[in-house]
Formats: sequence, C-alpha cells, structure tokens
Amino acid sequence: MNGIHDLGGRDGLGAVAPPPEEPVWKAEWEKHAHTLFPMAFRAGMFGVDAFRYGMEQMDPVEYLTSPYYEHWLHSVQHHGIRTGHWDLAEVDERTRYYLENPDAPLPEDKDPDGELVAFIEAVVPAGAPASRDTGKAATFSVGDRVTVVSDAPRGHTRKAGYVRGKTGVIVMAHGEMVYPDTAGNSLDETSEHVYTVQFTAEDLWGAEAAEPNGTSTFDVWEPYIVPAAS
Amino acid sequence: MNAPNTAQSVPAADHQAQIAARVKAIESLMIEKGLMTTAAVDRFAEIYENEVGPQLGAKVVANAWTDPQFRERLLDNASTACAELGISGLQGEDMVAVENTDQVRHAIVCTLCSCYPWPVLGLPPNWYKEPAYRARMVREPRTVLRDEFGLDVPDSVEIRVWDTSSEMRYWVLPQRPAGTDGWSEEQLAALVTRESMIGVGDPEQP
Repeated sequence: MNGIHDLGGRDGLGAVAPPPEEPVWKAEWEKHAHTLFPMAFRAGMFGVDAFRYGMEQMDPVEYLTSPYYEHWLHSVQHHGIRTGHWDLAEVDERTRYYLENPDAPLPEDKDPDGELVAFIEAVVPAGAPASRDTGKAATFSVGDRVTVVSDAPRGHTRKAGYVRGKTGVIVMAHGEMVYPDTAGNSLDETSEHVYTVQFTAEDLWGAEAAEPNGTSTFDVWEPYIVPAAS
Repeated sequence: MNAPNTAQSVPAADHQAQIAARVKAIESLMIEKGLMTTAAVDRFAEIYENEVGPQLGAKVVANAWTDPQFRERLLDNASTACAELGISGLQGEDMVAVENTDQVRHAIVCTLCSCYPWPVLGLPPNWYKEPAYRARMVREPRTVLRDEFGLDVPDSVEIRVWDTSSEMRYWVLPQRPAGTDGWSEEQLAALVTRESMIGVGDPEQP
C-alpha cells in the first residue's frame, strides 16, 4: 500500500536529535507492548510480515506522532480481531476499566508448566528464519542491472516508493526468503529469491538534489525487478 | 536548517495513560486465554535489558580486529561467525557485516519500519525508529551524519546506506582506531560504540 510508513526520501520531518542516552523502555507499558509481539506470534495471530502490515494500517497522523511501541500495540489489536481472539468492543471496555483503575492488577498467570517463558528462552537465540529452499532457480545474479517495477500494489509490500522505477546493480544474492507480498497479506506463504540492489544517489534523487558520492542499497524479491532496458 | 522534531515520541501524559491502559487490556485478555504471562514479560524484558545489547556486537568487532581469519569469516557470513561466539537469534537470523574502509563508509536504516540486528545491537534506539531518520538517511545521509551525529565525512569517501527492506540484517564493522596496537580484545571492545555499528559514529579513540 502507498502508506505513510513508506518514509524513505520524504522531506520536512525535522531533526533526528539523538539524545545522549535513553533507557531501554521509556515507560513501563513499552516493556509489556514489546512482549505482545512474541506472544501473539506464538498464538498464531501473525508472522512478521503481517505484523508489519498491521502497523501500516494505522491512522497516518497517529503513525507519525506516536511512540513506536504504540505501532506494535495497534498491530496486535488488529490481528487479534482478525483472528477472532477478541473484538474491539471488548478491548475498549477493558481499556476504560484500566484507565479508571490504573492500579487494578492483571489477571493471574495461567501457565503452570512455564511453557511461555520456555518459548521466550528458545526463540530469542534460535530466531524465526525467513530463508526457504523450495529449489526454485534464481533468474538474476550479482552484476546484473535491474529496474524496480513501478507499480503500486494495494496491501502489504516492501517495494518502497523511492526505488520504484529506479535502476541499479545487484550486489548480493541471498537465496529464497518468505515473500512479504503474500505472507504479509495473510495469504498462503510463498518464497522468492532476494537480492540486494545498489543505486547511486543521482539515480534515486536526480543530479541536482543528490549528495556527492553516495549510494544506497535496497533488498528486493525477484518479482519486484526486471532486467534494465539498457 | 531543520525545525525541532515534532514527531519525537514524547506524547502528553493522558495519551501515555491511554496507551498504558490499552496495553493492559490486551495483555489481560491474553493472560486469561493462557497466551501470555507476566513471567514471560519479565523474562523477555530482562534479556534485552541485560543480556542482548551492543556489548555483544562490540565483542564481535574486537574479535575481527584481532583475528584476521575471524574477520574473513565474519565478512563471508556474519550469522555463522557470530554463532561461533554464541551470538544469534531473533531479528538477526541472516546477518551481513559490512566493513568500513578509507574509501567507503556504511550506515544502516529501515525506511519502511524499524528492522535492526537485535542479536548484536539489542533493541534499536528511538531515533532509529522515528520518521526523521528513516526519511532522511537515504536522501541526505551526509547531512544527517554531519548535522545530527557530528560526523563530517569528506566528499572523497563514499557513503553507502543499507536500507533493511528484507529479513537480511546489515550492520557495520568499523575501522580499528589507530594507536591500539597490542591492545587486548577486552580493551578494544570497550571502544566500540552502538553508533559505530549502526554507521552513524566512530569507535571511541584511545
């Protein structure tokens, strides 16, 4: 989707202003919101691609002005509704309750065998790899000049606006990985070959706007690219 | 010059209270269904507070600076090289380390969300996830490095920005500071900053 999340190259967003240091969590709720991600993943509400699509469907003004873990909260709420774990009215009602009773405790843990902590202990070092091997042959190889297809799909895609229609050179080939344009839209998972394409700043922004001596790389799935015309 | 960042994430107190209540609402639903526990929250938080952070990346970098064969393996396949040191996992299943040289400086960004190599750097700083860095780092990295991070890169040096659009996770192997001959791995690791592995800073000088 042509969403507000697609930020590469937008102007007018102000200073980065990195603080000298900051805590891991700016508020207690961030710690809890962070853990919603592996727990809702384990419960089958989403994979990482669909999780991102949930964030992309936030109200754009809210997206730009809210702390990042609120994006996560939004996506978990969205996918919990989509997968029938709760409905919005139920979440709203409990939200009102905890707003009025901020010190009300959470329910008691229901996990006598500690399976959820065991899941955390296992998934952090093991990860959830996106690489696949279905034996599909790669169409492109390192050194090929390719152009990113300039279409504007609805739904989830990683084909960022600022690389659409641009031509660059493949500098790495990574094999097959889960294809976000299917998995992210909660369709049956497919996989495609992934390549890193390198662009010059001039090719991306034009000679006048480009900074000197700059390049960018962007990872593409095979359906995102075609051989360059020249 | 850029105006102050109005998108910086410091929402009003009532907004904080709203979000906190909604997180609690969803967490309570998940706890009742047996899908989440406060014990899991505590453990997951503890891992990223105390165990997985940039000190792990610093250890890898110091190893690469002192062991040329390890450096080769790291540049060939960062995931398997890091695994030799017991470093692996979530949001870094497939990592690539890119090496700064006198000719090229690398930096990472995720313009579409906030992808970041957790196993070596921990959780990303807030500025990395906020709109200004994500928007500007691909368009004017030289300006961002100079004005926001105090890093003046001469025009003769290429700046190469890695936009982390897939599940590959890139991070930067910075150059070893001069004047550190004979230093131990532990001494060298203490010079390696999180910013130097994101590519927006240099290691500390001895």
